[in-house]
Amino acid sequence: MKNLLSAADLDRDEALAILDTATQMHAIQTREVKKLPPLRGRTIVNLFFEDSTRTRSSFEIAGKWLSADVINVSAKGSSVSKGESLRDTALTVAAMGVDALVVRHHASGAVQQLAGWVDCHVVNAGDGTHEHPTQALLDAYTLRGKLGDLADRHVVIVGDITHSRVARSNVLLLNTLGARVTLVAPPTLMPSAVGTWPCTASWDLDATLSGKEHGDVDAVMMLRVQRERMSGGYFRVSASTPSAMGCHRSVSTCWGRRRRSCIPAR
Amino acid sequence: MTSHARTPAAQSTAATVLEAQDVARIVDRMAHQIIENVARQGFEVVLLGIPTRGVPLAHRLAERIEVFEGVSIPVGSLDITMYRDDLRLRGVRPLGETIEPAGGITGKTVILVDDVCYSGRSTRAALDAVADLGRPRAVQLAVLVDRGHRELPIRADYVGKNIPTSPSQTVRVNLAEVDGIDAVAVFDKADES
Repeated sequence: MKNLLSAADLDRDEALAILDTATQMHAIQTREVKKLPPLRGRTIVNLFFEDSTRTRSSFEIAGKWLSADVINVSAKGSSVSKGESLRDTALTVAAMGVDALVVRHHASGAVQQLAGWVDCHVVNAGDGTHEHPTQALLDAYTLRGKLGDLADRHVVIVGDITHSRVARSNVLLLNTLGARVTLVAPPTLMPSAVGTWPCTASWDLDATLSGKEHGDVDAVMMLRVQRERMSGGYFRVSASTPSAMGCHRSVSTCWGRRRRSCIPAR
Repeated sequence: MTSHARTPAAQSTAATVLEAQDVARIVDRMAHQIIENVARQGFEVVLLGIPTRGVPLAHRLAERIEVFEGVSIPVGSLDITMYRDDLRLRGVRPLGETIEPAGGITGKTVILVDDVCYSGRSTRAALDAVADLGRPRAVQLAVLVDRGHRELPIRADYVGKNIPTSPSQTVRVNLAEVDGIDAVAVFDKADES
């Protein structure tokens, strides 16, 4: 596998191999010496055209713990702010003999485009509202830690699906791992092409969590409202825009009520 | 562990070198040799099995040492995948488990346990992996089978059986914990499938 651009790039065996490896690597983090040698002599550039704390520092620390040399380039303070194009920036960085690029960009599809210009490996660390495959791997890892094998599990993803690259990657990866996914969002926050995704969709959170609509629920994932990506018109004028916390609170209450019936006793 | 299980040597071209009772006797002898060697140091010893088959072997040695001497020796496992020098040549493979023995390894005599010693590259990788876990007083190597053809200046301290082989052959160690049967067989590579 050369690049990781979409969660759909992984087949079931590859995804399971990554998740199993992560389990073993997790144990290594409790050691005094956390560094392992497999990427010694390799160079990774984190090319971030959009703000990030967790993803960038996670990729940096992952690279360093695997003994790679990691360089962070962010759009702010780089030649991008002088007007250099995505292509020029990518080629300039790649020309330095870089082995892998980890790229985040605010435009959907930008990372895919960039991967066609350079020879090195490219990892998508989030492109616009399109995909965020490594976040999906982390989510699947967490779910596996709680639920075990995800085959035939039912995962509900609630929130701002339209603007969430994580939701799309999650649907693809969970589907690969054999889980069923139901997306729940108000009509304006549900992508119009959701019918083509390998999942079911609902507008009714209560009915979904009760298990009446799509069967018993094993896990609920909460997405925040991505106001920074909205260009208005997603909420009724009369209703105030729900805050991310408000959304969480109402669903937590709902889920809390039904917790006992939804989580298998083990 | 079942995913590692392989069919026991059934092909006619395979020469079974050791049967189950041979393996048991050899493990007993190796346990005695370890006792002889480390008794003077007050058994400040840990056994580190290298996955897959080094781990059950390490547990067997510890169990026999306990039977013979009444001393319980901590056992751990040491995955060396990330330390191998052929990691990039052989592609992605699952990682084994690393379990640090109770009490750690610092200041102890660490005995690395593996099924077969061949090129010596696994042992080299294991030495690097041990260094990341702590600073042992000494590191020794115990192998069930030494088949020769070393590519590095490495030798085992405890050898179950020296089996002269040609590089075109494969040595198969089957252990009951992993494969359901104890046996050691030598194959010609062309027949192995």
